[in-house]
Amino acid sequence: MTRLSAFLLGVWEFIVGDDWRAALGVVLALALTALLATTSIAAWWVMPVAVVGLLALSIRRAAR
Amino acid sequence: MSGTEFGLALSVFLACAVEAVEALTIVLAMGTTRSWSSAMGGVGAATVALAAIVAALGPALTSLPIGILRVAVGGLLLIFGLQWLRKAILRAAGLKAKHDEIAIYEEEAEAARALGATPAGFDGYAFTISFKGVLLEGLEVVFIVLTFGTNQHHVGLAAAAAGLAVLIVIAAGAAARAPLARVPENTMKFSVGVMLTSFGMFWGAEGAGASWPGGDAALLAIVPGVLLMGVAMVKLIARPPQQTPIETGEQATVTA
Repeated sequence: MTRLSAFLLGVWEFIVGDDWRAALGVVLALALTALLATTSIAAWWVMPVAVVGLLALSIRRAAR
Repeated sequence: MSGTEFGLALSVFLACAVEAVEALTIVLAMGTTRSWSSAMGGVGAATVALAAIVAALGPALTSLPIGILRVAVGGLLLIFGLQWLRKAILRAAGLKAKHDEIAIYEEEAEAARALGATPAGFDGYAFTISFKGVLLEGLEVVFIVLTFGTNQHHVGLAAAAAGLAVLIVIAAGAAARAPLARVPENTMKFSVGVMLTSFGMFWGAEGAGASWPGGDAALLAIVPGVLLMGVAMVKLIARPPQQTPIETGEQATVTA
């Protein structure tokens, strides 16, 4: 493994951790929040709903 | 001091105390569960970075894209927080091994002695989280001082009120450090997961352009809400305690 690939792997593990789906879900939820914030619809509720769903799914995967 | 000046000082004091408490929460969490020296290193580095930014930009600071900073820091905190919370929930429910810290310490110390290294090293995780928390909240304190102070033509008074708020919060944090060290490890990690998830959700949504009902006061509902959710998840998936294995150093590869 080259130094660059080792560094990139380290950054990935540091930021994303062991559940990339949860990290991706956070990014998508923030994007949806930003999208809704440009409309007249309230956007604050997206993150709480996303957190409950992402955590439940992540625990379900880990508990299997 | 006139009534207007008193109102300015009180407003800045309260607003900056809230920001300082948010930063303190992150630093205390990292220091208690990971490494005090690395967490304080992050605080020091953030203070230096903050001083450099203020010196370089001065009043032009108010034009910095705070929304982008919030969404980036909030998103990362939320990702970290979900990892911590998931592992703490699984441990509390008996589905994941708890750390045997003494066995881990002895194995690591033995390995370090064999390599001729010191067992306790730099913890990049504690450093980075503390750095980001203090830098973001520090920038918000500077914004508050500049906006309130410039509007009322009393930047000096606003800065003094902000400084007093930060000093009082730091003193409260120093007093809380010893009692926190006696809290069981997984309980503390559970609390850290709740705090990182709550602040990450709050900052991330604000940075993305959402407005929380009640502004900063929404945290008073978000933090207990995340805590209740975590406890409910533990109850839902809990196994009897005798099935919980003990994790030794060789198996202990988790971050949180």
